[in-house]
Amino acid sequence: MITAIFAPLLAAILTPLIHKLSRNRFHVGWFALFVPLTLFIALSRYIPSVADGMQYSHSFQWIPSYNINAALHLDGLSLLFGLLITGIGTLVILYSIFYLSKRESLAHFYVYLLLFMGAMLGLVFSDHILILYFFWELTSISSFLLIAFWYYRTKSRYGAQKSLLITVTGGIAMLTGFIMLYHMTGTFSIREMTALLPDYINHSLFIPALLLILLGAFTKSVQFPFHIWLPDAMEAPTPVSAYLHSATMVKAGIYLIARFTPIFGHEKLWMWSVSIVGLITLLWGAFCAVRQTDLKALLAYSTISQLGLITCLLGIGSAVYAFDFEPDALIFTQAMFVAFFHLFNHSTFKGTLFMVIGIIDHTFGSRDIRKLGGLISFMPATFTIAVIGSFSMAGLPPFNGFLSKEMFFTAMKHVYEWNMFSSEAISALFPVVAWIASIFTFVYCMIIIFQTFFGKYDPEKYDRPPLKLPFGIVIAPAVLSLFIVGIFFMPNVISTYLLNPIMTSLYEPLADAMDLTPRIHAWQGWTLEVWMTIGIVIFGIFLYKSFHYWKKVYNLFPPKRSFDALYNFILERGEKSARSLTKWYMTGSLRNYFSYIFVFFIIAVGGSLIYTQAFSFTLANDAAIRVYEWVIVAVMLVAGIMILFAKSRITAILLNGVLGYSIAALFVIFRAPDLALTQLVVESVTTALFLLCFRFLPEFKLEEPAKKSVQLTNALISVAVGTVFILVALSVNSTHMFESIVYFFENAYELTGSHNIVNAILGDFRAFDTMLEAIVLFLAGLGVFTLIKLKKGREEKNVEDQ
Amino acid sequence: MKINDVILQTVTKIIVFIILTFGVYIFFAGHHNPGGGFVGGLAISAAVVLLYLAFDIETVHKGIPFDFKKVAAFGAFIVVATGIGALFFGVPFLSQTFFTVDLPLIGEIGISTVTIFEAGVALAVVGVVITIILSISKDV
Repeated sequence: MITAIFAPLLAAILTPLIHKLSRNRFHVGWFALFVPLTLFIALSRYIPSVADGMQYSHSFQWIPSYNINAALHLDGLSLLFGLLITGIGTLVILYSIFYLSKRESLAHFYVYLLLFMGAMLGLVFSDHILILYFFWELTSISSFLLIAFWYYRTKSRYGAQKSLLITVTGGIAMLTGFIMLYHMTGTFSIREMTALLPDYINHSLFIPALLLILLGAFTKSVQFPFHIWLPDAMEAPTPVSAYLHSATMVKAGIYLIARFTPIFGHEKLWMWSVSIVGLITLLWGAFCAVRQTDLKALLAYSTISQLGLITCLLGIGSAVYAFDFEPDALIFTQAMFVAFFHLFNHSTFKGTLFMVIGIIDHTFGSRDIRKLGGLISFMPATFTIAVIGSFSMAGLPPFNGFLSKEMFFTAMKHVYEWNMFSSEAISALFPVVAWIASIFTFVYCMIIIFQTFFGKYDPEKYDRPPLKLPFGIVIAPAVLSLFIVGIFFMPNVISTYLLNPIMTSLYEPLADAMDLTPRIHAWQGWTLEVWMTIGIVIFGIFLYKSFHYWKKVYNLFPPKRSFDALYNFILERGEKSARSLTKWYMTGSLRNYFSYIFVFFIIAVGGSLIYTQAFSFTLANDAAIRVYEWVIVAVMLVAGIMILFAKSRITAILLNGVLGYSIAALFVIFRAPDLALTQLVVESVTTALFLLCFRFLPEFKLEEPAKKSVQLTNALISVAVGTVFILVALSVNSTHMFESIVYFFENAYELTGSHNIVNAILGDFRAFDTMLEAIVLFLAGLGVFTLIKLKKGREEKNVEDQ
Repeated sequence: MKINDVILQTVTKIIVFIILTFGVYIFFAGHHNPGGGFVGGLAISAAVVLLYLAFDIETVHKGIPFDFKKVAAFGAFIVVATGIGALFFGVPFLSQTFFTVDLPLIGEIGISTVTIFEAGVALAVVGVVITIILSISKDV
């Protein structure tokens, strides 16, 4: 499992190298393809044993001193996601090889894509919430990079920023929730929490943690009203949309909800919020999708709606927990089952449709349904695949969407019959809304097929003649469409091998008592569900035909009052106020900046000195002060005061040097050769640096004396800083606040084989600090380099805004 | 006035080797005596800076054709890589190990992975210091 996570990340590092070595002779995608394919096969080998109820865990120590151990866990849920990530990943990369030409910066593309894949696998396999959070944000970042792949387009940058802001806000909320969970239970492991948390249901942090974690899941899984980022994310290249924004990343929220259902499900609030938010999203997404003219935007809204459907089912499935395993409520396990069945089906048909639309876009240079028409004669193969995909989405036989749609209606029927929300009206709302949303779904599925493939082909409308694409581009969607048909005929294979283990791990207490996976049947007689589907078809055709007449409904929701407008408004106001705030304190005067730093120092260090009562010292144990120490200190005093009166910079720097070297001398006297050595070399290098900077500085002149009040404040600050320093230095000797480090001293040789305890601490005991310092140093160096190299004045070509 | 820096250049030619040797010495001495990666790196970069001061950038660049940004990156990479390397041996991140060998003539010598770690630190320091100084001095 570690390999599963690290392999894509490692491959991401290698990709640019291989790209460079290949010198564009072959498409670097072939190398990237190899990674998910191998992982997919490797993960498939787990299917039989996981289906038998096996679970695998693995943990290794990462930073033991902070109790961060990377615990990985493989059960049915993570296996399903792992297979989707690697399986769809393989097909998407195969597709992208034909989609992206060698002229694009392929190395970047595949680095981001593999980075995403690794992050996503890490997300579904980790059992440790902080590691899960880390991978969670990594998926947001790689999604940001992929959306902005064509970064010279304004729209791409806007979409990327929007998705990042929304998902990361949710992510931080989730982190807060995680920290609350840790605070309550004292463990970072999800599985341990599952066992512990029912005891904490009355804890005051329980509800806030629940809401915050849901916020994270909802932003990621584009639930209403956070769905607004997904349509803008469609600026990404189509393989990315197919992979991240329909099949995997947006399902991370679903994964999280499912994973935390055994933890939070006991609280009814969980069931309420998840199912109702899901229901609203389902309806709103389907409703908005119908009005879209851009095929990709249409699919984006349809994804929103389908994710709402899955979320709603998860919420209903959690009712089993909410009603504490009442025998009657066990019927809702079926909803949970459908959620995952539909999740799987959705990945197949939505991936197919995205790829089809990518092909259309690529061939004709447009994906606007007002332009497209009559394409059936150009691309019969693509047409067949598109029909399979969209009929499945509409819920028609003989495709897998039909099965999950029917079962979805069954679940809705249960909600009504059982009166789950203990209010007739709300419970009745569920099947009704589901049915209406399904009609809209049917309508937009028909739009995809009929507006693009039928009608008249009009070459005048296109900017360029259609391109001839390599045949290979059809392979990936064709494979997916085979799945769509195959699952319809053999649904129970999926349910036994993939879905059953999920059910047993989600409903562990029930696993032995009952059969959690219902048999899936395509035909069960003239049931209510079948009549609902027939109703959908009839009403759907009617609405599709009469679309021209009722289109005006959409004018009720003008763009001015949408959530997008709200987002833009907040962003604009935020930027404005941030700018004015920054202008207020960034005065450009070094003296001001210094006073900020020093005042902060006084407050932070001096404050904590008083607050923690760390200040205590005794002179009793100190050695007597010797003559040469007096001499050195006297020299330093003189030099320090002289700096104030220096007439030229050279003098000032040399005097500063005197201070530095005297400190080194003091170190030598106090037998700290390491410090002395470091101080000496640092002093020499800084002096050289100062000398270098000289020629860029303006003529040296004494500044005009500031106002008396300013001078007084500055004097006060300087005296205060000095006092704080002295107090800190005096209290350092008292060890009552911290444990003594004598342990390092006594055991340095046995543990590290080093006689030099300073370096043993730097390189071994506290190597983590040293490592981060080295990295910070490196980043600082790069920062200086870029600041100086890339400063203003370069001729900027205006490629930024297209 | 033409600046005459013959003396500086001549002295530099000799001194640089002393500083470099000293830098390498304190780098290796660090395990048991004062020294270590940070100071060693600083001393080495001081030598290079001295070269830059005495001669001009182009001349030195002909002699030491490194891109110091890459040196710094390589150093940072080594530092992280030694940390990750520990994971492959089933011990916590950043664990260090050591063993001693008896060499004829020289005597007992300790060999430790800390040395690799410290080498990374030293390279990072050299790269960063010189990158900063070069980019400031080139900026006219």
